[in-house]
This record gives sequence, C-alpha cells and structure tokens, in this order.
Amino acid sequence: MSPLQKVAGVILCIIFVLMVLAAVLVPAPYARQFRDVPNASPSRVHPLGTDVLGRDSLSRLLYGTRVSLLLAPAAALLSTVIAALLGSAAGFLGGWFERIVLALTDLSLALPWLFLLLTVRAMLPLDVPPMASVIIAFLMMGLLGWQASVRVICAAARDVRDSDYLLLARSSGCKPARLMLGHVTPNLRPLFYAQFWISIPLFILTEANLSILGLGVMEPMPSWGNLMRGFEDFSTLSANPWKLAPLVLLVIVVMCFQLVLPSEEVTQ
Amino acid sequence: MRTVAKHEKTAKFFRHASRRFLFLVCLGIGGALLSATLVRFAPGYGVQERELDPRWSAQSVEALRQKQMFHEGLLMFYVHYVSALAHGDLGESDSLKRPVRELLRQRLPVTGNSVIRGLGIAWLAAALLASLGLASRGWFYEASGTAFSSLLLSLPSAVVAMLAVHLRTPVFCAISVAVFPRLHRYIRSLLVRSYDQPHVLAARARGLRGAAIFWRHVVPVAASPLLALLGVSFAIGFGAAIPIEALCDSPGLGQLAWQAALSRDLPLIVNVTLVVCLVMLTANSLTELAGRAVAGNSQ
Repeated sequence: MSPLQKVAGVILCIIFVLMVLAAVLVPAPYARQFRDVPNASPSRVHPLGTDVLGRDSLSRLLYGTRVSLLLAPAAALLSTVIAALLGSAAGFLGGWFERIVLALTDLSLALPWLFLLLTVRAMLPLDVPPMASVIIAFLMMGLLGWQASVRVICAAARDVRDSDYLLLARSSGCKPARLMLGHVTPNLRPLFYAQFWISIPLFILTEANLSILGLGVMEPMPSWGNLMRGFEDFSTLSANPWKLAPLVLLVIVVMCFQLVLPSEEVTQ
Repeated sequence: MRTVAKHEKTAKFFRHASRRFLFLVCLGIGGALLSATLVRFAPGYGVQERELDPRWSAQSVEALRQKQMFHEGLLMFYVHYVSALAHGDLGESDSLKRPVRELLRQRLPVTGNSVIRGLGIAWLAAALLASLGLASRGWFYEASGTAFSSLLLSLPSAVVAMLAVHLRTPVFCAISVAVFPRLHRYIRSLLVRSYDQPHVLAARARGLRGAAIFWRHVVPVAASPLLALLGVSFAIGFGAAIPIEALCDSPGLGQLAWQAALSRDLPLIVNVTLVVCLVMLTANSLTELAGRAVAGNSQ
C-alpha cells in the first residue's frame, strides 16, 4: 500500500466515523426548521449555517453522508453479488449459458446507464415517502448496475475453469457444486472485492445525479445529491462558499475510493 | 495463395457484419415487443379522462372499460403496436400529447450534435494529454494529469451542468468535461500497456526516434481497443447528456427522457430508450467492425 493510499484510507475512515456518530455530533435533527434564521451564515449554533427553510446545514450534511455512504455500498454489494453469481456461473459452465449472459451484458452495457435508471424510475410512483425513495434508489442501482462486473468475473472464471488444478480436482471426482464453491469462488474473491470497491464511487455519483434531477432520495431526507440541488444558483455560492460542503465532501470521498484501489484493478 | 487468404478474410468479415446486422434487427423487434409490454402493463394504461369525470355513472364507466377491452385485447394490442411501429408510428406521448416520432425527430439531432462535438473535444484532449504523458514519462506530469482527471471524474455530471449554466458555456463543452476523464484514464492505460510491449522495447533499444515508435509500433497495437472505446464513449456521452440537457435547458433527448420520467410518461421514455439503445448498438457494431478491419490489416 502506497502512502497516498494510506492517506486516502485514513480519510475514508474518519468520514465513516463522522457518519456513524452523526446522531451525537449534530446540533439538531436534520428536518427541524429554525424559522427565525433561514439562510443563516455559519455561527456557533449552526456551524455551516442554515438552508432556505431554516434547517441546520451541518446536521443535513452529516445525515446526508450517512444516507449516501450507506446507500452506495449496499447497492454495490447487491450488484456485486448478482455479478458474482452470473459471471462465475457463465464462466464456469460456458456454452450457451455463457453466450446468453454475455449477450445480455453487452446489450445492457450498450444502453447509457442513466437512461435505464430513468426508464425504471418512471415505472415506479414518484410521490413516495422519503425512506421508500432511499430503498427504491438502492434497489434500482443494485439490480441494474451489475453488467460491467459480469464481463470481468466471467473472463476470470473461464481462466479458472481451464486451469490445471481444476482439471485435477475434476478428475478426482469433485462434483460441480464443490468445484464452484471450493475452488472457483475462493480464486475469484479478490476480483469480487475489487468490483465491489469500483462500484461504490460509481453509485455515489449516480445517486447524486438522480437526486439532483429529483428522481433519487426525496426531501426532507438529506443525501449528497439533494443537498446539491441548491447549487442551481451558482452566483449565491460565491458569496456563501460554505454551501459547497456537500460537493467538497463528495469529491473527497470519491477520490479516496479511487485512490484506495490499485490502478490495475480499476482499469481492468 | 495470398489472394485466396485475402478473399477468405473478406468473406469472414462480411459474414460477421451480416450476423451483427441480423442481431440488430432481432434486437429491434425484441426491444419493440418489450416496450409494448412495458407500456401495456404500466399502471394507468387505458384509463380515459372520461373515467375520471364525476358526471359519468359507474355503469357507464364500466361499459367504457369493457368496450376498450373488446377493441384492444392483449394479442390485438401487440399486433397494432408492431404494425404501427413498422410504419414508423411510435405512439403518442401522454404528457406532451404529441406523436413520439415527431418528438424524436426534433430532439435526436440536437443531442446527436452536442454528443458528437463533445466527444470530439474530449477525445482530442484525452489523446493529447495521454500521449504527452507517455512521451515525457515524468513523475510530475503523470501525477498532475492523473490528479486532474480524477478530480473531474469525481464530479457528478449534474454539477458539471450547473457549472456550465453559470459560466454560460455550450452543452457540448459540458459533455466533453464529463466524458474526458473516463477517456483519459483508458487511453493512458492502453498506451502505457502498448508502450511496454517487448517489440517496442526492442525498437527503443535499436535507437528509433520517439515519434516513429509511437506512430509505427504503439498506435497500431492500441488501435483496436481504442476503436472499441470509441463505441463505448457514445454511451458515456449520451448518459452524460441527460443531466446536462435537463439542467442547461437544452431541447434534446436527455431533457425529453428526464421530463418523461418526471411525468411518468411511459410510451415516451420507453421509446426514447429503445431508440437510444439502437443508436448505441449501431455505433458499437460499426466500431467493432472497424476494429476487426484494423486488426485484420495489421496482422
């Protein structure tokens, strides 16, 4: 691990600790409105000021961090599990199953990811409770974000299938299920971890895009995406630079996730 | 012998091209049927405004529904949908009350223009920066290039769009900013891998000039994957166009898809997605065929 990767790891750990301790650290609940002080500048009571409805910006940022940083890894885990199951089975079994899985993967990879998400989102009701919107966003990203990983995992599983030790195991009478669970899966585990890590920043950015467009996490639940919806008027941001905090935090976290991964695994 | 081999290679290429074309046609038909299914089974399908009018009695509303079901059963719906599609009729948008075909004809050129110009700039910038990085191979140059593209990669496209609105830059510039970091990362990686090949090392050991090595030995090796990347970059560009067009108020397909999603206009969004999917697959097939041709020529 390079020193830069260590620094990125430490930063991520600090942000995760802040996220976990959000309930203790925040000055007020994220939805509470201080109607006397809307759009307030930073002060001792409100360290990052308040938004247009008088809600404490620091509280919303910390809770938003919690939503975004729980949502993205959960979606990444779901998509990696789907990709691991499909990719390993396709690579291990080969034949028509592999061809069908790869054709489906190519087909869905050809379609821009956001178009697919918008189509699925359009089929679901828009006026849902905030918590339901979080679950919908998580399920949409998790269930539709497996394609890129499947290709990589399938290729690796194919290599394992053709390896000498698997031939030996097969000739020793090992059954397919045991081959899969005892030999193929342990060899692919580092690849699963890498694909999981790669997916997290992608899902963080997707959630931000969807929420800015009003199709992700719904108000009053905060997330990095809907906290950035206020950026539409950039001219006010130059006078109130502390309002850029969600964007700064998002950029730091995404960059740290990119740095923590070895570059070879990212580019594969 | 050489002529026979060349003919065989050409025949193989055309066989592959015709298979790809057949695949696209099948996919178009499959996609159309899937679209029809999504539209048919979407909540609210077939509900008429008259049904919501309180002046109509429950019996009259029920009679209207029965009449609708009689006229359009499931099989008839598919037959009507596919035959209309064969005549270029993609149905009508629920929210905009206009034919989807007309909307697509108006919006597709706008997005196509922005995406092509944006991709042009992004490819030029990414290729130039990656090549310069490869030529210098200096620590500072490499680190600053990577840091710059990582920073841009960490920005959501919607934030890039907001910045574009603030700076009053055209939509294609925002698309190029969103696409550039992804291209830069892949192009750099491809060029570095090609540069580390043994034959390039041998050419360097023999004292060949940097430019000659780059054009004669590095680019031909990287050409085929670069062409594949060109196909993928269309998908990235069209994906980035959604938030950018929506926030920059550009009347393209991205904005149309966003409006359709917000108003839950399924006939519109499903057909927009189908058309975008076919455009992407055509672009991918063309670049793949070009990649095969390049790989065949270089062998």
